[in-house]
Amino acid sequence: MLDTTQIERHTLSVLVDNEPGVLARVVGLFSGRGYNIESLTVSEVDATRQLSRISVVTSGTPMVIEQIKQLLDKLVPTHSVQDLTVGPAHVERELALIKIVCIGDKRVESLRVADSFRARTLDSSLNSFVFEVTGNSSKITAFIELMNSLGDIEVARTGVCGMTRGNNIDLVG
Amino acid sequence: MSKTQTVAMMPGAEVILKVMEAEGVDVIFGYPGGAVLPIYDALFKNNSIRHILVRHEQAAVHAAEGYARSTGKVGVVLVTSGPGATNAVTGLTDALMDSVPIVCLTGQVPSHLIGTDAFQEADTSGITRPCTKYNYLVKKSDRLQANIEEAFHVARSGRPGPVVLDLPKDVQMLDAPFIEHKSAEPLAQRYKPVTSPQKAVIKEAVKMMKQAKKPVIYGGGGLINSGPRASDALHKLVNQTGWPTTLTLMGLGALPADDSHFLGMLGMHGTYQANLAMHNCDFMLNLGARFDDRVTGRLSEFAPFSKKIHADIDPSSINKVVNVDLGVIGDVGETIDALLAEMEVQSFSPNAKAMTRWWEQIEGWRSRDCLAFEQAGPIIKPQKSIQRLYEMTKDRDVYVTTEVGQHQMWAAQYFGFHKPNRWMTSGGLGTMGYGLPAAVGVQIAHPEATVIDISGEASFLMNMQELSTIAQYNLPVKIFILNNEWMGMVRQWQELVHGKRYSESYSSSLPDFVKLADTFGMKGLRASAADDLDDVIAEMLATDGPVIADIRVEKEENCFPMIPSGAAHHEMILGPEDETNKSISEEGKVLV
Repeated sequence: MLDTTQIERHTLSVLVDNEPGVLARVVGLFSGRGYNIESLTVSEVDATRQLSRISVVTSGTPMVIEQIKQLLDKLVPTHSVQDLTVGPAHVERELALIKIVCIGDKRVESLRVADSFRARTLDSSLNSFVFEVTGNSSKITAFIELMNSLGDIEVARTGVCGMTRGNNIDLVG
Repeated sequence: MSKTQTVAMMPGAEVILKVMEAEGVDVIFGYPGGAVLPIYDALFKNNSIRHILVRHEQAAVHAAEGYARSTGKVGVVLVTSGPGATNAVTGLTDALMDSVPIVCLTGQVPSHLIGTDAFQEADTSGITRPCTKYNYLVKKSDRLQANIEEAFHVARSGRPGPVVLDLPKDVQMLDAPFIEHKSAEPLAQRYKPVTSPQKAVIKEAVKMMKQAKKPVIYGGGGLINSGPRASDALHKLVNQTGWPTTLTLMGLGALPADDSHFLGMLGMHGTYQANLAMHNCDFMLNLGARFDDRVTGRLSEFAPFSKKIHADIDPSSINKVVNVDLGVIGDVGETIDALLAEMEVQSFSPNAKAMTRWWEQIEGWRSRDCLAFEQAGPIIKPQKSIQRLYEMTKDRDVYVTTEVGQHQMWAAQYFGFHKPNRWMTSGGLGTMGYGLPAAVGVQIAHPEATVIDISGEASFLMNMQELSTIAQYNLPVKIFILNNEWMGMVRQWQELVHGKRYSESYSSSLPDFVKLADTFGMKGLRASAADDLDDVIAEMLATDGPVIADIRVEKEENCFPMIPSGAAHHEMILGPEDETNKSISEEGKVLV
């Protein structure tokens, strides 16, 4: 029996046909039932077979998570639904671009923090930087918080994408 | 492409009809308009597909639903762009909720005008995405055939449902390839729902069944959708186990109403014995039902002492609202067959001693006779009118449709169904105005049968324009209106939940239904007193053509038994004398 109270966060990886409306179908499935989307990334991953992978981070009770997986799997253009959170070990990464506007000591400090987070500098002006940082979501959030205390910032995040560790490949069934 | 296939080029509209012919379509319910004229032009020249002209696009979908539910085939709808498509939305949602296989073709403005707010343009694929099982905007002629073929496959496979094909006018006119499939083999499809239950799961299920001391079988609409074979299998299962069986509104007819194991319908207006068996059971076998809120009542107290198995073709149905101990994914007919085979392997035999005790308890509940009513005096009790209608049509090949409300529940309670596909009602969506157009579809599919729309005067008015369709095709539909001059179920809830403040629920300015029938060239009859009832029913049945029977029933009769909203199965109200003890909780008032 599933516990109906505990809220869990799951990363789902969904392989779909890259056809018009498929993203609207996935998003509509969440919005129509009041489910959460914490992040969502989508891009074509196989041009010859016209497949896209959607990585979606969602949260809910185990019953709701189960329901979301079944509903995603039920969509006609869906080939597979992997729950990375409950499956074998997996890796997750997110990329963020952070623009910071600051001068003086704060500008120096921002560069030092960026260095310790292994962020790359993509752009710089006399009073700003654009950093690129990758990692898990909590690392990125920590970086953004530090930057926020050093100046005015603008943030763009990709949302999480992930896959299982090991030699198992998710193919069209 | 193999050598047995030949490719022919022809206008898209002709491809559409060719593919539908190959899919076995013989009837389309539709309404023309600018964006579907090429298809209507092709239909004009076509001899194998019959078109039934309805009077409103919502009715086209309901008619197709009636056709589909009474035959097991896919119902087909053809409507124009814009308002044609938006009018169809209620019907599509209805079909989605009740898992009815429908393919709905909608016209669309030509591709180059999409997105320009062209005349009669609507974002049909956007609007219908949440109310269909799947939909297409066909933009490429070379995908036309494949899209239509997949649409039919998706509509009828797995848990059936409505599929929309949005067809821009240029795609209908331009030449498109049509490939004649010579082989009878089904096409390879990407949509592949599981239909055969897993062996290990069936083994586990029978193990659980062997432990049951107070079992109940709870069957639903899946039994009907699975085809008559599933009802036969259920019959066998019930006979072999001797288990008490209840059916949902959508499942009625899967087990003959007079089978001694049948406890009647369950749920909000279900029988006392069915609901108490559900509440007290120690084992529940759900076969193709979905734990709808009308069935479960208050979830926290739903069948609290039971182990539960849920067999459903839709994996997302399992553990959606009720946690079960075992989910069996597959076609419910195949599942029952597999259970029967495995029962033999595991030499299943019902626990005789426990079953005797359990049946004694059930018979005790049954003896309360929860559907009893008293027909005293000249005013016709609505229950009596349904009971007489049932008794007087027993020897006929009869199909019943309904609208939504009190009359629908009384029909479910007092009309006995003995075969699947004989009962067409809007269960999930609860669409008033469903029954009349659905009866059109049923009568088209079964021209010789007695088709009765059990109706209420308020619901009837919602799609009464279909009288014109009925007149055009001289369909001998019998419209049996329980006329209480109220939106009866609304009035009942206002009485029970809102302090008898009857806000806007009175049916004012009703037409004279007898004269109304006359204007459409039909027979109109009226029963105003209990003594008239049998004569009116007899005359209605003896009439060859369509009839409107205006049955003037007791105005403020309530539909009982009833589980008040927010209450549990064992908290039923059996009748008016029972009402005062059981008030509706504040939580319950929020529910619908």
